Amino acid sequence: MAANLDQIFIHLRDWLVAFLPVVLRPATGVLLSVIAIVCVFPGLFALTTVFERKGLGRIQNRLGPNRVGPFGFFQPIADGIKSLTKEDIVPLSANAGVHFLAPLVLVVTVFMGFAVLPMGRNMVLVDMDAGLLFFFAMGAATELSVFMAGWSSRNKYSLLGAMRAVAQMISYEVVLLLSSVSVVMISGSLSLPKIVDAQNQYTGVFPHWYIFTPWGLAGFIMYAIAATAETNRSPFDLPEGESELVAGYHTEYSGFKFALFFLGEYLAMFSISGLGTTLFLGGWSAPLSFLTFIPSWCWFFGKVMLSIFVFIWMRGTLPRLRQDQLMNFAWKFVLPFTLLDLMVTALWRFMGDGWLRWVVCTVILGTAYVFMARLQWRQKHIGPRSYRYAE
Amino acid sequence: MTPFSTPLAGYLLVAAMLFAIGLAGALVRRNAILVLIGIELMLNAANLNLIAFWRYGPHPEALTGMMFAIFSIAVAAAEAAVGLGLVISIHRHTNTAELDKMSRLKG
Amino acid sequence: MNFVFYLLAALTLGGGLAAVLLKHLVHSALATTVAFAGLALLFLQLDAQFAGFAQILVYIGAVAILIVFAILLTRGSDLPKGGVFSATWFVGLVIAAGVFAVLGWAVLISVEALPQQASVPAVTVHDIGIALVGRYVLPLEIVALLLTAATIGAVIVAMHEKGAPK
Repeated sequence: MAANLDQIFIHLRDWLVAFLPVVLRPATGVLLSVIAIVCVFPGLFALTTVFERKGLGRIQNRLGPNRVGPFGFFQPIADGIKSLTKEDIVPLSANAGVHFLAPLVLVVTVFMGFAVLPMGRNMVLVDMDAGLLFFFAMGAATELSVFMAGWSSRNKYSLLGAMRAVAQMISYEVVLLLSSVSVVMISGSLSLPKIVDAQNQYTGVFPHWYIFTPWGLAGFIMYAIAATAETNRSPFDLPEGESELVAGYHTEYSGFKFALFFLGEYLAMFSISGLGTTLFLGGWSAPLSFLTFIPSWCWFFGKVMLSIFVFIWMRGTLPRLRQDQLMNFAWKFVLPFTLLDLMVTALWRFMGDGWLRWVVCTVILGTAYVFMARLQWRQKHIGPRSYRYAE
Repeated sequence: MTPFSTPLAGYLLVAAMLFAIGLAGALVRRNAILVLIGIELMLNAANLNLIAFWRYGPHPEALTGMMFAIFSIAVAAAEAAVGLGLVISIHRHTNTAELDKMSRLKG
Repeated sequence: MNFVFYLLAALTLGGGLAAVLLKHLVHSALATTVAFAGLALLFLQLDAQFAGFAQILVYIGAVAILIVFAILLTRGSDLPKGGVFSATWFVGLVIAAGVFAVLGWAVLISVEALPQQASVPAVTVHDIGIALVGRYVLPLEIVALLLTAATIGAVIVAMHEKGAPK
């Protein structure tokens, strides 16, 4: 019964496909899976917009939207109708072709990233040998669409926002890649279903998720910081902060194109959280060995929604980082720490099983963190507060 | 386009055409950055040649062609970085990026 | 030859031609990106998945952005007076046509003698990894050194000089 519930979507797809002749079956199977992804993730996006606004509202001691539907949960429908019916304004001197293509490129490349995420047991759309590399290749292509949007608007502020966003995304992309490389080293494969299988074992009750190891915890924290910066979320949202640059690179977009940018940003958040859960949190595996009766896709989506909740929480709590603080943080703290984490992962692998490797790795990472944090502090001159008044 | 009797010939001709287009771009345009774009196109054409020969050659399991292409991608990226850094530095000095104006050594 | 190959070849060559012929530099850079994407898809058609994804990651994700940054930093939006093609453009065109003629002739007269392996090579990323640290470890280390030198060099070359008058 539990196994049936676990594979319910696979059985549904096979049952639907069995109506067709044998020649058409593989293509239709893939098409059905694609339709499922294209329907589920934008649906989750709609739900997340309400959660975000209500969550942020509660953190800021106010109610979120609560007029449309019970407790405001039909708000995305109202937002969708609004963005579809708004006038689509294109600036006169804007580069019309590139202006049109930028949101399309963003949404297409972000959707492609979902093709390699294993959302449940046997539930990955394409089991590629180099799945992780494909995911990062699609992430790299997103940066170009950000630049296209900013440049084609012929607006100084859009261009500035786009340049800042691209600089931030390239810096943190290196961190993202390096923290995934340590996972690849231990699991021995670039294929995401195999990485999940490597974590799907239990000693006693506890799972072998990589976050429960010292190098995994450090790697996950670096990955989470880099993921927040890649998707331009607070506290790294200077490129699109409302108080700084109007709306950054998507200032000149209105109506449905703006909705596409919004969709693209949230889908990028989902896909990067999905990758984070696959790499560090064990993908679709259950946290305790007696909880495997709950279906695997429940666990995957539960972990992804937990990550989204943490994103929303960070947005409501932390102040925004300035551009130079952001870049300093990336190149002077996060990247060296990730390189150290890579070496500690190698040490972990070569020390063999036992309690010694836990102690050694934890001590190395802990002292490095404290040392690097103190080094960053010493560069700041924290003296008594001084005031400057306008003359 | 003439019908090719083998797929390998098709890929080689596409690579040759891309190489010629890149070479034309590097020789014909005035802006230094476009010369670099032409050079990148030429490197890409050579990569296509390498991968095509790897795929249709007698020993693809030796991975020679693929390795060569991967190293070529890495080297091309490094060379693009340095080349564009040079163009930016020259622009800062002479306020132009056109090759015709950079014909003197006196700076 | 199948239809997909012709489509991808048209995409790549179209992108390359547009990159060389367009007047506005940023359009040229975006056309180059299309050419890079077409090439990545050609690599995927040749069953070289690692090379195809590496091409997207490195060329589209890094080199194209580098080109675009360089265009914006050297104010490439202003079109130069006197046209975008240099005065000796005809000679360049003739040379390029000559090179293509030689290469094309070499391919066409040796079509029968070219190797014809038809089965798909079963290459996994694992094999590539083992080859990189086994047989090709020396090129790997040299490329690592080269990349480090190039990074440091590019930073030094493009850095603002201290105290220089602007």
